[in-house]
Amino acid sequence: MRPWAERQGQFAAALCNVEHPMPPGCIAPDGLPDATRFAVYRNNVISSLIECLQASYPAIERLLGATCFREVAFRFVAEAPPRSAVMLEYGAGFAEFLAQLEPLAALPYLADVARIERAWLEAYHAAEATALDPAALAAVPEHRSGDLCLTLHPSMRIVQSAFPALTIWQLNIAATAPIAVDLPTVAQDTLIARPDAEVEVRALPPGGAAFLNALGAGETLAESAALAGAAAAEFNLTDQLTALLGSGLITAGRLKRRRTRGH
Amino acid sequence: MAPPLSPSPARAVGPAARAVPARAGVGLKAPHYRTILQTRPDIGFFEVHAENYMGAGGPPHRYLTEIRSRYPLSLHGVGLSIGADGPLDRTHLRRLAALNERYEPGLVSEHLAWSSHGGIFFNDLLPLPYTQRTLQRVCAHIAQVHDALGRQILLENPSTYLAFEESTYEETDFIAEVARRSGCGVLLDVNNVYVACTNQGWDPLRYLQRFPLAQVRQIHLAGHAPDQDGRGAPLLIDTHDRPVSALVWDLYAHVIATLGAVPTLIEWDQHLPEWPTLQAEARRAETVLAASPCQEAPRHAAVG
Repeated sequence: MRPWAERQGQFAAALCNVEHPMPPGCIAPDGLPDATRFAVYRNNVISSLIECLQASYPAIERLLGATCFREVAFRFVAEAPPRSAVMLEYGAGFAEFLAQLEPLAALPYLADVARIERAWLEAYHAAEATALDPAALAAVPEHRSGDLCLTLHPSMRIVQSAFPALTIWQLNIAATAPIAVDLPTVAQDTLIARPDAEVEVRALPPGGAAFLNALGAGETLAESAALAGAAAAEFNLTDQLTALLGSGLITAGRLKRRRTRGH
Repeated sequence: MAPPLSPSPARAVGPAARAVPARAGVGLKAPHYRTILQTRPDIGFFEVHAENYMGAGGPPHRYLTEIRSRYPLSLHGVGLSIGADGPLDRTHLRRLAALNERYEPGLVSEHLAWSSHGGIFFNDLLPLPYTQRTLQRVCAHIAQVHDALGRQILLENPSTYLAFEESTYEETDFIAEVARRSGCGVLLDVNNVYVACTNQGWDPLRYLQRFPLAQVRQIHLAGHAPDQDGRGAPLLIDTHDRPVSALVWDLYAHVIATLGAVPTLIEWDQHLPEWPTLQAEARRAETVLAASPCQEAPRHAAVG
């Protein structure tokens, strides 16, 4: 009698690897093994995981074509099967997987488009948070406003790309015919967030990503603006702050204590 | 083994009752959220896959909260891996307990199957041999779920494509013994009965005769696809992608005639139809329920 743990191990190994023989002692009503029957489980596992990736990465599927996408997804599933039963989390790391696939090197923007799709999904399922009333910031004395630390909405994600990744994504999620994009020209940074019911996706102005990344890392408003200014001279703090507050992406603010010299 | 704890008194989630009535329900799917809220169809209850609501927030929770305030709910887990030899994933169990507390479902169910091994989740309901060892493991896991949730769960009979030569129990006897030892209820999936009996060469009427019908608290109905095995024997695939088959409707009518009215779910997970098609399947189940000799028999009232 084989212990159940060992049996499960055999079954599991054969599910993951199509070249692996089916586990022994798995039989049809005639008492004989039948590989077709085991293959139903193997197909269920592999197809369901590929379908999960298809649902999460529709623009990538459209860019690659259905056949190529299945091949790529199959390789990802074999290399990075789910570690959790919460399938809405499955597929993290797909962008990085695409980036290192040699045959896809001719499509260098692909990984960034996948990052946007992943960010969209994460924003969709992210925790809820209430936007900060802009009046609360207005109460901060002007000379202290640079010391503000702002909490960003938990759904907010930023994707920085050396390519027009946002435009490519937009053109490949709509039910329209694909349009040629002038690739080499524009780098695009994208903001993805769900401040309320709908996921919002939009382009960030120059310096915007540096600004939000700094705020997200806990830097003060002054420090974050300085970092954004260093990244892009045309960065405009007032515009950015107004846009953030207006779209409900700031959920809290506090003043950082100024350090006293000598301590 | 101690009997499962009684559910805590329902807190007011909204006007909808907690108990799942002995009517027909349907699986709740995202493409139907808006139609349901806009048209408020006359449906006995909705069922959701627990794992689809394990995100932190977002539209799934917003819609489910709205729909739960208007309809009874049953919570159907597909990822706990109760049939595995290894321990249950405590993190996953905590997530399930949190959903149970948040949405106050009238019924909570899981599968006689495994889906995780060696840290990998296979996203499918995989079969187990029916032996002393697996019986002990399944019962221990159900006891753990009962403790974590503070309520009884239902265990669903599987659809299977193969058998293990080391099995020493018939499937029906195994399920009856699990229910007797663990105190769990049973979810009778009539489509799974038909699929498993076809695939294993069993007689479905005999299967139902031996099944622990007195423990059945809910029924599932779904569609399957015909195929054949490597030697040309019929092999049915549990696809949930089409209407319930005529033979499964016949078996269902037989079960209801024996058992009286039981909450009955139409499961349709792939190639999702428009809402009216799904609602029509539920209406068909309700006509069978309405013809039952003992509707709303107290013995079969929903737990909770």
